[in-house]
Amino acid sequence: MTTKEKETRRSKQQNVEITGSEAVIRSLIEEGTEIIFGYPGGQIMPVYDALYDYQNALRHILTRHEQGAVHAAQGYARVTGKTGVCLVTSGPGATNLITGIADAMIDSTPLVCISGQVASLLLGSDAFQESDVIGISMPVTKWNYQITSADEIPSIIAKAFYIAASGRPGPVLIDITKDAQFGKLKYKYAKCHKIRSYVPEFPVNKDKLNQASELINNAKKPFLIYGQGVLLSGAEKELKHFIEKTGIPTAWTLLGLSAIDSDHPLNMGMLGMHGNYGPNIKTNECDVLIAVGMRFDDRVTGNLKTYAKQAKIIHIEIDPAEINKNVKTDVALLGDAKRILRLLTLRAIKKKHPAWVKEFKQAYEVEVKKVIHSDLNPAKPGMSMAEIVHKVADLTNNTAVVVSDVGQNQMAAARYSKFTTSRSHITSGGLGTMGFGLPAAMGAKFGVKDREVVLFVGDGGMQMTIQELGTIAQENLPVKIVILNNRFLGMVRQWQELFFEKRYSFTKIFSPDFVKVADAYGIPGQLVKRRQELENAIQTMLDAKGPYLLEIMVEKEDNIFPMVPAGASVSDILLCADDVK
Amino acid sequence: MKQEYIISAYSENHIGLLTRITIIFTRRKVNIESLTVSESALKGISKFTIVVNETKEKVDNITKQIEKQVEVLKAFYHTNDEMIFQEIALYKVPTRALMETDQLEKMIRRHNARILEITPEYTVIEKTGHKEETQELFNGLNEYGVLQFIRSGRIAITRSPIEKLSEFLKERDALLAKIESKGKLDSSKI
Repeated sequence: MTTKEKETRRSKQQNVEITGSEAVIRSLIEEGTEIIFGYPGGQIMPVYDALYDYQNALRHILTRHEQGAVHAAQGYARVTGKTGVCLVTSGPGATNLITGIADAMIDSTPLVCISGQVASLLLGSDAFQESDVIGISMPVTKWNYQITSADEIPSIIAKAFYIAASGRPGPVLIDITKDAQFGKLKYKYAKCHKIRSYVPEFPVNKDKLNQASELINNAKKPFLIYGQGVLLSGAEKELKHFIEKTGIPTAWTLLGLSAIDSDHPLNMGMLGMHGNYGPNIKTNECDVLIAVGMRFDDRVTGNLKTYAKQAKIIHIEIDPAEINKNVKTDVALLGDAKRILRLLTLRAIKKKHPAWVKEFKQAYEVEVKKVIHSDLNPAKPGMSMAEIVHKVADLTNNTAVVVSDVGQNQMAAARYSKFTTSRSHITSGGLGTMGFGLPAAMGAKFGVKDREVVLFVGDGGMQMTIQELGTIAQENLPVKIVILNNRFLGMVRQWQELFFEKRYSFTKIFSPDFVKVADAYGIPGQLVKRRQELENAIQTMLDAKGPYLLEIMVEKEDNIFPMVPAGASVSDILLCADDVK
Repeated sequence: MKQEYIISAYSENHIGLLTRITIIFTRRKVNIESLTVSESALKGISKFTIVVNETKEKVDNITKQIEKQVEVLKAFYHTNDEMIFQEIALYKVPTRALMETDQLEKMIRRHNARILEITPEYTVIEKTGHKEETQELFNGLNEYGVLQFIRSGRIAITRSPIEKLSEFLKERDALLAKIESKGKLDSSKI
């Protein structure tokens, strides 16, 4: 078909009357959606019926639970940078999304969630499977809207995609009543490019830019810390150019991980509660602190009263509400990180800070001696999470997409994985949602078929969304699942050991034989109990063409260090259990 | 230090926005002293006036969160002395009390209040002013038995000469056009 023919066909298509349901599907396709994660039910059936005719254009993945659908959409969005889409029914279908939506809200993940709703005449009547999902989701969505008439569908979906992905991204929920799905409309689609009351990003302020440049150019001990904003604005290259020109050492938040190669000489490691020693203590020794695309979460800052008080703080941030929210800044640069970093690089003086960088390296040596060496070469007979993560990184040549759940497995994965590609580390940061890992890994794998996706998950989190093994099996999706089984809810147990006099209140957890569970789904796997078996087992897993599950028994009562105890200063980071007062 | 602030916001007239705005307060456990929403000088644009008793930091944070809502055009805050504000109060008193003594009439004159309706049973009096003023009249009238009393939320207007809403909308259009045309806010110009 020539382009002209295509255009004529399109314009013809655009003028016939279609149902609201078909308009939903066609609008999604117009927005470039390739895959949706969902679960059918009574009030979304018309849309599912329309989807039946569009199976070649729009892939649908039937998850085993709506929470699985939303986390999968998040995993997909995080790894691809596209907007994740899920489709669910009203009532419980919609409320099951809420945890994932809240997770996407706090971790700035672009999602468009579409829920069915009872017919508009029944709204407010406590009809079967009616829930006020607009009310329920309001605090955890960037925007939400209830469609009650078919002709609203194209424009509202266009608006939803625009809002979800622009500025600081976030989740949008569109609730569509059944009569709107059945209704007819003259379909015409136009993408949304602006909304009068919404400014996705502000122009860069020249004076502020000059002030920041002056601080940076005159700094003796500058330190750059970055978060997910770098990935979201696609500023990886700009960040690298900036630190290389200015010679500024840099460290990342949990969600900033993978924006810069792990082995980059100016990459000093992770910030925060279980971050690296150097980045934490140097935060309170630098003279200029440049924060890029991050929100100074309490897990990063520790006690705010003692956080970087000696430093001039420059905050590069797209969301005006983040400025001065937690940390008072000296220069706030509002706008897109990519653009601002480019402008700052243009104004920067070429410099090196060898003595200052050396201080970080020295701190790292201390950490190697006190933490990392024993993590990787444990004296105890049981395996450590660190050595397993390290081995997987080795055997995948640091090229895998690493997904983690929440808790000790998450911290081990972040500390000991290495990355050479951006958008390769996916975890639930702000909300800390246990059960995020398995469905998110699934969604990620749909996004990057050609890359290895490895999930690290604990025995606790695995059981929160274990039903998604069904989806993985049905799709024969090659997700590589590594369960780090310590027979405990490890991170809570660690806190109980350190701060609650070892009173292990309800943290001992029974698990099924995970290998047998996988087997029941037709997913191969093996149990690893001894270190000697580890390398071969990992290799077998990586060689598998389809999904594979490794259950690895790890040391029962290991702790993650270093640790900034909740409410303590980042300078008071603990390197081992003996440091706990 | 906590003190009274008046938060004002202009927004699109959108179902659910009121909830989106009030939950910003609820989540931070900040009490709303008074809230008024009505159409502004421009059709389709609503104005919120919200009074809180809070610290400047918290009010600043809340105002930014309000402005962050997709349908909010602009939000800002002022202290009481930066704005001219009024509330309106309605009082229902027994007409008998008005007939029996001239004290009530004097009170109404002194307070610059006015009578809206008189029936054989009751009389409705209206007074505008600050809360202390409407309260003072209430206390006075109540000596004769107030049957019903209602006070509105606060409305407020800045001390600057004109409401620059239409001008603001023009600026906003220009800003969005600038962002939309991709060559936009770019390096070459700065």
